[in-house]
Amino acid sequence: MSEQAPCNAGRRRFIAAGGALTLSFAMPAWSAPGELPKSLDKTPWLDAWIRIGADERITVFTGKVELGQGIKTALLQVAADELRLPVGRLLLVTADTERTPDEGLTAGSNSMKDSGTALRHAAGQVRARLGELAAARLSVPAANLILKDGAFSAPDGRRATFGQLVAGQELHVRATPEPAPPAPGPKTAIGKSVPRVDIPPKLTGGRAYIQDLRLPRMAHARVVRPPSQAARLVDVDAAAVMRLPGVLKVVRDGRFLAVIADGEYRAVKAATALARAARWDTPASLPKHPDIASLVRAQPAQPYPILERGVPGTPGKTLRATYTRPFQLHGSIGPSCALAQLVDGRYTVWTHSQGVFPLRGALAELLGVKIEAIRCIHLEGAGCYGHNGADDVAADAALLARALPGRPVRVQWMREEEHAWEPLGAAMVVDVAATLGLDGRIADWEYAVLTPSHNQRPGKAGNLLAATHLARPFTPPVPTPSPQPEGSGDRNAIPYYAIPNARVTHHFQPQAILRTSALRGLGAYCNVFAIESFMDELARAANADPVEFRLRHLTDPRAIDVVKLAASTFGWSSYRRPQGTTRRGRGFAFARYKNLLAYCALAVEVEVALETGLVRIVRAQAAVDCGEIVNPDGVRNQIEGGIVQSTSWTLLEKVRYDQQQVLTVDWASYPILRFTQVPDTVGVHLIDRPGQPFLGTGEAAQGPAAAAIANAVFDACGLRMRDLPLDRQRMRRA
Amino acid sequence: MTTYRLQVNGKQHAVDLDPDTPLLYVLRNELGLNGAKFGCGLGQCGSCTVLVDGKPAMSCLVPVSSVGTRAVRTVEGLGSSDKPGVLQQAFIDEQAAQCGYCIAGMIMQATSLLERTPQPTDAQIRAHMAPNLCRCGTHMRILRAVRRAADVLARTPGGAQR
Repeated sequence: MSEQAPCNAGRRRFIAAGGALTLSFAMPAWSAPGELPKSLDKTPWLDAWIRIGADERITVFTGKVELGQGIKTALLQVAADELRLPVGRLLLVTADTERTPDEGLTAGSNSMKDSGTALRHAAGQVRARLGELAAARLSVPAANLILKDGAFSAPDGRRATFGQLVAGQELHVRATPEPAPPAPGPKTAIGKSVPRVDIPPKLTGGRAYIQDLRLPRMAHARVVRPPSQAARLVDVDAAAVMRLPGVLKVVRDGRFLAVIADGEYRAVKAATALARAARWDTPASLPKHPDIASLVRAQPAQPYPILERGVPGTPGKTLRATYTRPFQLHGSIGPSCALAQLVDGRYTVWTHSQGVFPLRGALAELLGVKIEAIRCIHLEGAGCYGHNGADDVAADAALLARALPGRPVRVQWMREEEHAWEPLGAAMVVDVAATLGLDGRIADWEYAVLTPSHNQRPGKAGNLLAATHLARPFTPPVPTPSPQPEGSGDRNAIPYYAIPNARVTHHFQPQAILRTSALRGLGAYCNVFAIESFMDELARAANADPVEFRLRHLTDPRAIDVVKLAASTFGWSSYRRPQGTTRRGRGFAFARYKNLLAYCALAVEVEVALETGLVRIVRAQAAVDCGEIVNPDGVRNQIEGGIVQSTSWTLLEKVRYDQQQVLTVDWASYPILRFTQVPDTVGVHLIDRPGQPFLGTGEAAQGPAAAAIANAVFDACGLRMRDLPLDRQRMRRA
Repeated sequence: MTTYRLQVNGKQHAVDLDPDTPLLYVLRNELGLNGAKFGCGLGQCGSCTVLVDGKPAMSCLVPVSSVGTRAVRTVEGLGSSDKPGVLQQAFIDEQAAQCGYCIAGMIMQATSLLERTPQPTDAQIRAHMAPNLCRCGTHMRILRAVRRAADVLARTPGGAQR
């Protein structure tokens, strides 16, 4: 439950140690001596994680899910390595409330930390247990056995295969805190760029996505959403819609309106007709503000001091700045989809939710049934990048399955629905001030981040869109901020630099004008944008090179290593602006995600076109340390993707709305990066740390990419861009 | 309902459908082909790209009644997981997918490029692929995969026709 998890003891020490930041550099072990890794502690039976059949079939179970981040392959690599098997020998089952461990959410770049660590521990103990069984069966000391290809061999050549050793409940034993001794012999999988197991079917039309699931007697449904946020359904004449070909049912409950048909396009057409047949009252409900900063500042907030260190008031040069981020979309390329079926009082829900167990609880509340009456099975959707419409559409499908018992009901959102109704990435305002001491170092730091909730996942029924539209609506629970060091809107709000006097405050806003929730990186995207832009401003005020200035304030050797590597692969110290293009420049940024996961430093060169204000990324060079690397190409893919996606957010993306409704309802009104705008080159350079904990990489690049681009724009044309997305008109006039 | 005869990936199919049904829904729901995806239904993202008469088409916007006798090709026609086509293999070699939802459309868009321009410049590849959106940011790999496929085809006798 990454984003809702209470701090463990080690993390509480981090907060208490606010006065001595160096303590946070102690290596995270993800479990203290004598404790099991978190996921394994919750589900300690070895055979909950690994099962071996008499037919030698080995199945690995995880509570995490594939989101296109390659987690299936990486987890298989971890298990295969401990069992000294090739990846191809293992099958993997991902989150299913009836089959797999409950690992909460697949979010927060925590999957390798949670499931990877748990699987490594469990698989090691499975191997050790199999070794004991083989020793007993072959009457040979375990130390004399050789493990190869899923079998133990005695010196005399007699063998015992895994399948022979596990006839019954041999693996139904509790994991113990002490890790098994390292597997003998060379690694079979960890550290290798094993090709992703999920890719071939995706390229060839295989059944790869929930959208491809077709069940017998499946019906198709579409929801007619209200035309505005607060719209009230006055009346609807459904009779004509009921007469349309293939229509099975029109469902109305409050302002939740939907139609079920026997074919998908018939459902689409019927929904269009139903929308025309409905009369709505559409009051203006959204406030009008000239800009995002004044909108955010107008919301009531609760201050949470998250860092108070030293005594401010050092004499010196003080700089102040304000940075903003608008509401932004997850913008999945495939609209959210779910299937549900009600049979004999039991629901089966196929979903691409990031958390099938939390979703099950919310659906049980919504439907008024016990959680035992619901099974949620994860199937892959299009990339979600956080809490998008996945859970909401599962609620739609469950409600409609209740209206049409027996038959599986498939719901896929339309594009306009996805854009208008998904939970948004939250708007943010950052006010920062810092004083440079006479030694050219930052002496004082004052930082405030104002933002609504970045986490309104189910949870509760009230977190599901349709539940809030019913005649007897569920009310969304009042959100609360997640504790540091993971944080939510304040994620990465504490700078990773040694600054003697520092105050950081999270002004948490329980209410937002639009529904908001987790978008890749949560607050880290804007906080790192702000901190790393401001570091650039401070470096210039101190007449220092931006890379050298950062190094001046870094004490963690691993942070220093990635900064130096990114700078050297970019050619930072020898950089000369190309002749003839006066509007080229370079920028740098660094962050350690959540201040406790992967380290990422990034140098970029941009070109700003005079006539259009368009920014082109000429090249980007990233350096990453994510602990022990399981799949180097998988890490590169995540970082490359993070840089390109963040480039899109940073250059283009902003949700627009009027006083009634979101106006950015398709890719024309909410443009994202196209091939003609992507960087010329992106390089990713990895620092492997064998034996160190897995740190995850999914969200490490989002913040650094934004700041590096803004810093490069300043270098190119002298404009300090403090509002996201970077204003093209301003750059054009520069 | 009207009966339409469609030629898809070299095979003839007869389907009974409402005439305004978009080709995408026919491919997915009547013929069980998963490759083309619903992305926007507006012709803005390219997830549903197929080839109609050799030209890229957003199948979410093409009514089945307008296809006529023109040959339709989808990613399934290029190869399978066991025997991937040249472009599919290039995407595997470059691991050019994250969530992968857009990729079948990307491959069909790229197919139409390489059939007409077997040796495209990098700028031609970018311009040709511009109608197709990817949200994961896999663009750099997709570009490399198209380049790789062009290079493989250049080394293969008669490759440009494949």
